[in-house]
Amino acid sequence: MNKYRADLHIHTVLSPCGGLEMSPIKIIEKAVKKGISIIGITDHNTTRHCNLIRKLAEPAGIFTLMGAEVTTREEVHCLSFFENDDQLSDFQLYLEKYIIRIPNDPEKFGFQVVVDENELIIDDIEFLLISALDQSLEQVEQKVHSLGGIFIPAHIDRPSFSIISQLGFIPDNLQIDGIEISANCKKDSVLPFIGQHNTKSFIRSSDAHYADQVGKTFSTFEIEHCSFNEIKMALQGSSGRNVTIA
Amino acid sequence: MQVQDIIKILNLEVFGGSGGLNREISGGYTSDLLSDVMGHAECGNIWITLQTHKNVIAIASLKELAAVILIKGNIPDADILEHAENEGIPVLGSKEEAFELTGKLFNLLTR
Repeated sequence: MNKYRADLHIHTVLSPCGGLEMSPIKIIEKAVKKGISIIGITDHNTTRHCNLIRKLAEPAGIFTLMGAEVTTREEVHCLSFFENDDQLSDFQLYLEKYIIRIPNDPEKFGFQVVVDENELIIDDIEFLLISALDQSLEQVEQKVHSLGGIFIPAHIDRPSFSIISQLGFIPDNLQIDGIEISANCKKDSVLPFIGQHNTKSFIRSSDAHYADQVGKTFSTFEIEHCSFNEIKMALQGSSGRNVTIA
Repeated sequence: MQVQDIIKILNLEVFGGSGGLNREISGGYTSDLLSDVMGHAECGNIWITLQTHKNVIAIASLKELAAVILIKGNIPDADILEHAENEGIPVLGSKEEAFELTGKLFNLLTR
């Protein structure tokens, strides 16, 4: 087994709240500098930068987990990851179908631009990506799992947009593959709110919106090599794989 | 005032939990953050919210609330109703928004 540092919650320039410097190239540069081997690309309710980042990350020796940070109807943020392009594009269609379309005002919320490998803007998303999907937490979870994906409630300790802030506690029968807590959160502080999920793997991530935050917080995956399935096994704690947090 | 009284006055729909219609109302609480309701709603309060997730009933039961009113014509998720029946907590519906409904309920309860 080998140990790899993973930062599974990174926004790009496509997220309205993401810094303009958060281009695919810059994110990879920063990850390399911080010794991160696995990056999770999780823009708000869109996956449109994932393919480019994976393409650029590979030669740099970085594995990309492609996904999104989804906002459910209850305004719970959840990380969702997919193994291949077909699943990812299926999920992208789902996001575009159900997001509540509110026009973006870049002056208020920030720009939402898709760039190419030369950092040229190739698209500008007109509807606000930080609004919610008209889908419940359970519906999003079922969609992610129907595509073989990984589903992780994000920053559950946060006082806003977290499963605990919005829903009070994690429902026992919700199918989740892990639990994300923020950089300074003590695991014990969330235990009263997670019921039977206390045996799930915990991850910590940067939730980077600016370049300096990439890789600042990470989880350590003990796996054979970097792949979607190895990461999934580590989250399940199966076959000797595991995830640890500082 | 009991839950059944305000159903008539405010013209509310009863989705489920009709076993609790004679519960006494001690006051009201309006919030869509369930963590906030867990921390601050009081026993016997009637809760006004736009959330329709099944945790709504779990928290209403935990806090021994009198009833829940879903606003803006929202329909409860199917699994809410089963819990509501079991717990005997009325789940009610209104077409109005939180502001109007809260105002009317406030006037009724403080009159």
